[in-house]
Amino acid sequence: MSEPTSGSSSAERKSTMRWIPLAIVAALGVLLFAGVLLSRNPNRDALPSPLIGKPAPAFRLPVLHESGRLVTDKDLRGAPYLLNVWGSWCPACRDEHPVLTRFAETKRVRVIGFNWKDEHADALRWLEQFGNPYLMVLTDYDGKAAIDWGIYGAPETFLVDAGGTIRWKYVGPLTDEVIQNELLPKLAQIDAKGQSL
Amino acid sequence: MRALLLAFALMLCSASAVAQVATDATPLRFTDAGEEKRFHALVSELRCVMCQNQSLADSNAQIAVDLRREVLELMRKGKSDGEIKDFLVARYGEFVLYRPQVESKTWLLWFGPALVLLAGGIVVVGAVRRRSRPSSAQAATDDRNEEQEW
Repeated sequence: MSEPTSGSSSAERKSTMRWIPLAIVAALGVLLFAGVLLSRNPNRDALPSPLIGKPAPAFRLPVLHESGRLVTDKDLRGAPYLLNVWGSWCPACRDEHPVLTRFAETKRVRVIGFNWKDEHADALRWLEQFGNPYLMVLTDYDGKAAIDWGIYGAPETFLVDAGGTIRWKYVGPLTDEVIQNELLPKLAQIDAKGQSL
Repeated sequence: MRALLLAFALMLCSASAVAQVATDATPLRFTDAGEEKRFHALVSELRCVMCQNQSLADSNAQIAVDLRREVLELMRKGKSDGEIKDFLVARYGEFVLYRPQVESKTWLLWFGPALVLLAGGIVVVGAVRRRSRPSSAQAATDDRNEEQEW
């Protein structure tokens, strides 16, 4: 069979067809490049919480430092609060601790601890050793309440507004940058909304 | 021979039991085989949120242990598989499902492969047609071709 060389339209078509593999490779290249760009985000494993904008789950949890006292989600309403999930077993919480302490000392918002899957004595010792940045520490040692919050690792941090709606969540240790660039603007937004209401 | 097999099976059982105890103080107990089967089918379709490349069934992460217990508890409360999945999706997001729901956001995921297959099919059909056309078209243009070639 001789190669068909009939007419100029077929030749034109052939030359455009020649570019198709190149276009496919270019498209793949774009895809890979996008993947590389996305993977530069150090927090890429963090799952977006479906609870943002939804009411904080109902809970009734013991307080670490006051045996017998139970605190519910309703008790915390009236002002925004930051809920920080930690455990004495969690090395990243130790990294986060000075950042959180510095932020808590500004008294910008109430910082509540959520002591997750821990031992009472260990938790108390940890706070004594490193300092207690929390206004109050709630304990969830069987991990039931944590499931309602969609918690899957420590540290995790939630921002809940005065009405009890979850406004923001951060997975992983807080840094000064995250507080500056995400948390503080979110808090300002909540304050502005509260005043307009 | 049978005794040997039995001994081997027992050995395997005890080995796995020890591995369980090391990570989980109180392993899950099933009331019957049906419950166990349903549980395993369900947790193998759920993704562990902590170690994201494992299913809930495979993972030894603490949260996976807790979530497995929760799944079994929900099963015992008479929840359907769909309800249990909805429970987890409401808390952890779509990510926990290995088979995401079909909705506008996941159309590309569900139908993308079919589209690629379709595109490939079109290319193949096009190529086949182009190859088969010259033999019929060539007869008509043979003279001209000869003139051009010679």
